[in-house]
Amino acid sequence: MGNPMKIRASNKDGVTEVKVLMSHEMETGQRKDASGATVPAWYITEVSATYKGKPVLKAEFGPAVSKNPYLAFKFKGGDKGEKVVVSWTDSKGDTRSDEGVIS
Amino acid sequence: MNKQRREVLKAGGSLGLLGILAGIGLLKPELALADWNKAAFEAKSFEDTLKALGVTAKPADSGDIQLNAPDIAENGAVVPVAVVSNIANTQSIAILIEKNPNALGANFTIPEGTEANVTTRVKMGQTSNVYALIKADGKFFMSMKEVKVTLGGCGG
Repeated sequence: MGNPMKIRASNKDGVTEVKVLMSHEMETGQRKDASGATVPAWYITEVSATYKGKPVLKAEFGPAVSKNPYLAFKFKGGDKGEKVVVSWTDSKGDTRSDEGVIS
Repeated sequence: MNKQRREVLKAGGSLGLLGILAGIGLLKPELALADWNKAAFEAKSFEDTLKALGVTAKPADSGDIQLNAPDIAENGAVVPVAVVSNIANTQSIAILIEKNPNALGANFTIPEGTEANVTTRVKMGQTSNVYALIKADGKFFMSMKEVKVTLGGCGG
């Protein structure tokens, strides 16, 4: 299930800025371990963020996104105290969903 | 083998549990990946990646795209890239690294009401041109910046 994401969301002048730090190895499938065997690829492929059930961002990631991916974006609206839900799916089909309260 | 599935089967194969696991997508990775643009992410060359993203003609360079990335990245494993598009009706933002094994790094879909302003961090194997590819009203625009890498981010 992966480790929890860190999500910060803050509303300023009617625009909500969301910052997400996901916890994931993002293995490219190009790296070799000490014995010379290729480490199989394992990375987040899809991320989606919703506010009140409405999508506010969708992202497709490739293995070139850094380990423990960081993502920041802004959307119009977003009431203080409401939640932004962020979910990801990785290349092994694992998923994780976390939420952040808008401050 | 699917270890999670093994464990579920061992646990007695209760229909209820299987249903829950299927519901949250644990047992159906192929379904969960349905939207992912495999062709674009696995394309080897820069041109093939553009083609897989639906770009037919060479995208116009646009001054309305701000691509913020460092001039020199000391660590290629973590290169911050921020893209802001001031083009009206921006639908998607893709970040491409020309000389990576697969050029496409990430592709963002911007729904209405979301600003065309995304920041993330990518890996770069070597010094390369980084491109922001914007789709707005069905048309493609591009902006480029060279990032010098002193230490590659793809292991090796």
